[in-house]
Amino acid sequence: MKQSLTLGKVTKFIGLGFFSTLKDLFTGKLEKEDFKNFLRKTVVPLVSILLFIGLWQMGAKSLYNIEAEFKIEKALNDQGPEAADALRDCMVSGDPSCQPNTLPSPSQVWGSYKSLLRDHNIISADKAAFIEKTAALNEKRVADGKDAITYTGRPSFVDQIFRSLKTVFAGFLLALFIAVPLGIFIGLSPTLKSSFNWFIQIFKPVSPVVWYLLVFMIVKTLLIDSNEDSSFTISFISVGLCSMWATLVNTAMGVSSVDKDFINVAKVLKLGNFQKIFKVVLPSSLPLIFTGLKITLSVAWMVLIAIELLAQSPGLGLFVWEEFQNGANDSNAKIIVAMFVIGIIGFLLDRLMLTIQNWVSFDKTGAI
Amino acid sequence: MSTIIADTKTKIMTENGLFPSSEVMLDLKKLKKVYPTPKGDYVVLEDLNLQIKKEEFVTIIGHSGCGKTTMLSMIAGLNPISGGNISVLGKHIKGPGPDRGVIFQSPSLMPWMTSLQNVMLGVNKVFPHATRAQRNDIAKYYLQKVGLEDAFNKKASELSQGMQQRVGIARAFAIKPKVLLLDEPFGMLDSLTRGELQDILIEIWNKEKITAVMITHDVDEAIFLADRVVMMTSGPKAKIGDILKIDFERPRTRKSVLEHEDYYKYRKHLIDFLEH
Repeated sequence: MKQSLTLGKVTKFIGLGFFSTLKDLFTGKLEKEDFKNFLRKTVVPLVSILLFIGLWQMGAKSLYNIEAEFKIEKALNDQGPEAADALRDCMVSGDPSCQPNTLPSPSQVWGSYKSLLRDHNIISADKAAFIEKTAALNEKRVADGKDAITYTGRPSFVDQIFRSLKTVFAGFLLALFIAVPLGIFIGLSPTLKSSFNWFIQIFKPVSPVVWYLLVFMIVKTLLIDSNEDSSFTISFISVGLCSMWATLVNTAMGVSSVDKDFINVAKVLKLGNFQKIFKVVLPSSLPLIFTGLKITLSVAWMVLIAIELLAQSPGLGLFVWEEFQNGANDSNAKIIVAMFVIGIIGFLLDRLMLTIQNWVSFDKTGAI
Repeated sequence: MSTIIADTKTKIMTENGLFPSSEVMLDLKKLKKVYPTPKGDYVVLEDLNLQIKKEEFVTIIGHSGCGKTTMLSMIAGLNPISGGNISVLGKHIKGPGPDRGVIFQSPSLMPWMTSLQNVMLGVNKVFPHATRAQRNDIAKYYLQKVGLEDAFNKKASELSQGMQQRVGIARAFAIKPKVLLLDEPFGMLDSLTRGELQDILIEIWNKEKITAVMITHDVDEAIFLADRVVMMTSGPKAKIGDILKIDFERPRTRKSVLEHEDYYKYRKHLIDFLEH
C-alpha cells in the first residue's frame, strides 16, 4: 500500500497542522462540517494574537504616559515652566531624542525589526565589497604564506542569529555525544547507575551561570598559550553541559526499562552484547532518548542567551545585553525584536526535533 | 468414568517416568521452584516430574497462578531452577538458548523491524555459516508457511495482533529448535483468529515434528493439538495431577476431532479435573 504524500500530511507530520486548514480555506475545499474545526484551529489563534497585540499597545501607551508625565513634572520642578513646555512640544512632535524610555509599542518594535534588516543589508553589502576588494590581495598573501585578511566589521543582527545557532548546535552535539553513550552505559549496568546517581542528582539542578564559570576556569587554563578567542569554546561547552542532563536521564531510563519480552527474545536467541544493544535495546529506547534530546535542545537554546551574555560570545545574548547597555532610544524595541526572534527560533527547533523523532521512531503515537 | 479413559489412565501411569531414555527429549526431574518472600519462602512447584518424548506435542492445563508459566520459563532457561533439574536429550540445561524456541503470550516482535527482519534476527544467529541468501530463504519459507507472503516488508507495528503472532510462530520454527515452548500463544486473540492460528500451528508442526510443550487455558485447544494433556494441581507446591493421552490419529482436522466419539469423554475428563 503506497501512501501519497500530501501537503496536509507533511504539515501535520511536522506539527504545523493548522496550515492545512488555512490552505483548504483558500482553495475552497472546506466542507461545512470542517467549519467548526477551522474556527477552532485557525480563527481562534488569530483572534488571540490580535487581542495580545491590542493589550500590548494599550499597556505600552499607559506606560508611555506615566513616564512622560514624570519627565515633564521633573523638568517643571528642575528647570521651570518654559523647559517643561518645550519638552512637551518635543514629545508631541515625535522627535526621537526626547521620547520617554519605556516598553515600546508593537509598531515601534516592527519599525526596529525593519531597521535591523536594513542594517543587515548594508553590512552584507559592505562585507561583500570588502571581500571583493581584498580577494586579489588575499590570494597573494596566502601564496606568500601569510594569513588572509578577514572582515572584522560589526556583525549584523542576522549574523548574530546564525552565530547563536552555531553555538547552540555545537553545544547540543556535545551534549549528544556525552549524554547518549553515558546514558546507555548507566542504563545497562545497575552498578554504574548507583555510582553515577549522586553525580547526576547533584549537578542536574546547577544554574547555567555556575556552569559557565566552571567551564571558564578550566578552558581559560587549558588555552592559556593560545591567542584564539576562547569565548565560543567556553560558551558552547557550557551550553552542552547545562543541557545534557535531560538526555542523560532519559537515555538511562529508556535503556533500563526496555520491555521485558524483548529482552527475553534476545536471551532465547542468545544474541551477543553488541547485537543486543544495537538491535534491541537502542531501537526500543529511541522514543525516550528523543524526548530527552528535545528537552536538551530547548534547554540549550534557553541557557544560550545567558551564557553568551556572560561569555561575551557574539550572538543574540550579547546583542540583547549590548542593546540594554547602549540605552539608545530604539534599544528597547530591538530587545523586544530579539525576544520574538528567540521565541520563534526556539519553537522551530522544537518542531525540527519532533519531525526527526517522528521520522526515526517506531512509536508514532508517543510524540506530542 | 468410562472404561476407555480408565484404561488409558492406568497405561499412562505405568508409562510415566519410565520411557526408554532414547525416546525422551525433555526430562523434568524433581523440579522445584521457590520464591523468597518477606513472610518466608513461597513454594510454587515441588517434586514435579515429567518426561516428554521426541516428536510429541504436550499441552499443559491448570488453574491460573498454579505455576504453569513458571515451569515453562524454567524450561526456557529464563527463570532459575531452585531444585531438581531439567535436561534436553540427557543434557542439563544452563540458561536460555536457541535449542528451545519460545512463542510468548504477547507476540514480542521488535516493532521497529519488518516481519522478515524479526525472523532473520534468530535465523542469523542460528545459521551463521549459511549465506545471506540462504538465510533469507529460510526466513521467507516460514513466513510463507504462516500465510504472510505479502507482508515480508511490513513493520511489525503495522500488523494486527493475529498477524504478529504468526510472525512469532515463523520466528520460533525458523531457528529449528529441539523443543518448542508455547506460553498461551493464542490467549490474547479472538476465537476466530485463534482457530485459524491453531490450524496454521498444527500444519507446520505436522511437517516439522518438533517436540512441543504448550500452556493453554482452553480445553478444546488442549485436546485438538496434543498427544498428551498434562493437568497440573493448583499451587502452592503444584505438581502433575494427571495425564490424559489423546488417541486421535494425525494429521487431524478440527471436524474429525469434534466428531470423534471419544472427544466428549476427553473433554469431560479435563473439565472434571479442573472443577475439582
